[in-house]
Amino acid sequence: MIHARGLARTFRKRKQEVQAVTGVDLDVDAGEIVGFLGPNGAGKTTTLRMLTTLLTPSAGTATVAGCDLIADPVGVRRRIGYVSQSGSTAPEARAGEEVVDHARLYGVRTADAVVRGRQLFSDLDLDGLWERQPKDMSGGQRRRLDIAMGLVHDPGLVFLDEPTTGLDPQARANLWGHIRSLREDRGTTVFLTTHYLDEADALCDRILVIDRGAIVAEGTPDQLKSKVGGDVLTVTVADPARAGDAARLVGDLPGAEPAQVDGARVIGRVPAGGPALVDLVRGLDAAGIGIAGVESRRPSLDDVFLGLTGRSLREEGTSPDDAPTPEVVPS
Amino acid sequence: MNTGSRARGGGLARHRAGTRVSALARDTWTVFSRAMRLSLRNPAWVAIGLMQPVLYIVLFGPLLEPLAGRLGSGNAYQLFVPGILVQLGLFGALFVGFALIAEWRAGVVESQRVTPASRTALLLGRVLRDVLVLLVQGTLLILVSLLFGLRAPVAGVVLTLLLVAMLGAALSAVSYALALTLKSEDAFAPLLNAVVFPVLLLSGILLPMSLAPGWLQGVSDVNPFKHIVEGARAFFDGEYTSAAAWWGVGLTVVLVVLGWVFGVRRFRRENG
Ligand SMILES: Nc1ncnc2c1ncn2[C@@H]1O[C@H](COP(=O)(O)OP(=O)(O)O)[C@@H](O)[C@H]1O
Ligand SMILES: [Mg+2]
Repeated sequence: MIHARGLARTFRKRKQEVQAVTGVDLDVDAGEIVGFLGPNGAGKTTTLRMLTTLLTPSAGTATVAGCDLIADPVGVRRRIGYVSQSGSTAPEARAGEEVVDHARLYGVRTADAVVRGRQLFSDLDLDGLWERQPKDMSGGQRRRLDIAMGLVHDPGLVFLDEPTTGLDPQARANLWGHIRSLREDRGTTVFLTTHYLDEADALCDRILVIDRGAIVAEGTPDQLKSKVGGDVLTVTVADPARAGDAARLVGDLPGAEPAQVDGARVIGRVPAGGPALVDLVRGLDAAGIGIAGVESRRPSLDDVFLGLTGRSLREEGTSPDDAPTPEVVPS
Repeated sequence: MNTGSRARGGGLARHRAGTRVSALARDTWTVFSRAMRLSLRNPAWVAIGLMQPVLYIVLFGPLLEPLAGRLGSGNAYQLFVPGILVQLGLFGALFVGFALIAEWRAGVVESQRVTPASRTALLLGRVLRDVLVLLVQGTLLILVSLLFGLRAPVAGVVLTLLLVAMLGAALSAVSYALALTLKSEDAFAPLLNAVVFPVLLLSGILLPMSLAPGWLQGVSDVNPFKHIVEGARAFFDGEYTSAAAWWGVGLTVVLVVLGWVFGVRRFRRENG
C-alpha cells in the first residue's frame, strides 16, 4: 500500500534550515494498521503530508496506493483518505453539508454521499449531529467528524494524524474501536501517527518509531519490547538513605546493567525477572535493607523509546490523562 | 496497487470518466455552492453586505449634489455611482482573503487540497461566489440611486456592472493567492491597507481627478483604477466607444489576466 524510500523534507525559513524529516523508508501492506510513534516535532505530520501529496518531498520517492507520489499525485489523492491533525471543517458550516461536499470533491454523487455520510455518522456515534455546526460540537465530536470527512469516499487507505489527541480516555478507547472496525469490516489500511505509547501498543499491528526526522526502530509492539531485552526490576526501599546500597545489589545481579536511583526507588534491568527477584530479596534481607515493595515487569514501549533515544516519551507530560490541547496550527 | 487487488469493493469515488472540463465545472460548482451557503448563513454578513451600498448613496450622495454643476454634469449620481461601483469591486474583492485565512486555519483548505478536485476549481468556485455577491450589491446600489434621482442609460449601467464583475474576479483571485501565501491576518491587513488607500485616493472614485492640481493628475494617470472609473463614467454617459471606455475595458481585461495567472499559479503550487 505504501512504499517510501529516502523521503526527506527540509524547511527553509529566513536562511534557517529545519530538517524536519531526514530520510524515511517505510513499507505498509494492505490491511495493516501501522503506527508512527514519536514525540512532538519528530516529523510525523511532515511525513504524512508528503505521503498525502500536500507537501513535495525535498528528496526521496514513494508509491502510495499504487500511484507514484510525484508523477501521479491525483491518482494518490483519489485512493486515500486523510484526517489532519488540525481539523477539516468550517466552524459555521453544518456537519452533514461539509461531509457531503467533501465527498463530492471526490466525484461521489450527492445522493450516494448523503447515504454514506449518514452511515458514518451512525457508525461514529454522531447520530443527530448532521445539522449541527462544528463550533457547537465537543472536541471529541469534532474529531469524529474529521474522521467521517476522511472516510466519506470509502478509501482503501487512510492516514490519521494524531486521531485521539485532546480526547478524554473514554472517547479515545471508543475511537480505537472505530479504527479497528475499519480494518475488520472494510479491509481498510490504516496509517496513523501518535505520541501516546498506549495507543500505539493497543491499536497497531506494527509500529515505526520516529525521532528527529528518522525512523529509529520498527516492529510489532512485542518485537520492540523484546528488543529492549529482559525485564525491568523496581525496588522501593523503606529508607531512601539505603537506596544506593540497594542499587549496588541490583547491579550485581547476574547479567544486570547498572541500576538507576530515583528517590526511594531503584530501577534496573535483568535478563530474567523471576529468579533475579528471589536473589535480590535475599540479598536485601542479608544486608538489612528494609523493602517497601518490589516489582518485575515486562518493558513498556516507553522503555523501548528510552533505550533507543535516551529520552522518555512520558517526560513531556504527554500522558493522555493530562488531556493536552491539540496543537493549534499546522504549517 | 491495481484496482483489482483492492482490499474491498471499488469504493465510492467514481473514476472521473468525464473530460477535464466537466470535472472542473463540477468541482467549481461544489466549491461555489458551499461558499455561497456559508455566506448566506451569516445574517450579519448579509445585512452589512446589503447596507453598505445603500449607505454610500444615502449618506455620501447628497454631499455631491451641490457640486454637480461645477463638475460638468447635470446629475450628481451619474458621476458618483460609477465610481462607487468600482470602489465596491475594489473593496469587496480585495478583502475576501481574510475568509480564506480563517478557512486555512480551520483546516478546510488542506482538506480540500487532499481531494482530487481541480486546484483551479478551488479558486474559481470562491471567486464566482464573490462576483455574484458583487453583482447583487451593485444592482441594489443602482436601484437605490434611481430612487435618489440617478438617470443613466440601461446599457451603460449593465456594461458597468460587467466591468465591476470582471474587476472583482481579478482582485478576488489576487486576494486569495496573497492570503494563501501569507497565511496570517497580521501580514495581510497592512499589505492591503498599503495598497488600497493610495489606489483609492488616486482613482477619482469619490471626486473626479479633474479637480486636482496638475502634478496630482499626473500621478493618478499611472493608476489603472482611475482609468477604469473613467471608463465606467463613460458608460453611464452613454459614450460606449469613447477612448475612456476602451481604456477602462482594456485595463480591466489586463487585470483579469494578470490576477488569474497569479491566482491559479498559487493555487496549483504544491505545498499549499
Ligand atoms: N511549514 C513548516 N515550516 C518550518 N518548519 C516546519 C514546518 N512544518 C514543520 N516544521 C518543523 O519540522 C519539525 C517536525 O514537525 P512535525 O512534522 O509537525 O512533527 P510532529 O508531527 O511529529 O509533531 C518540527 O521541528 C517543526 O517545527
Ligand atoms: Mg504532528
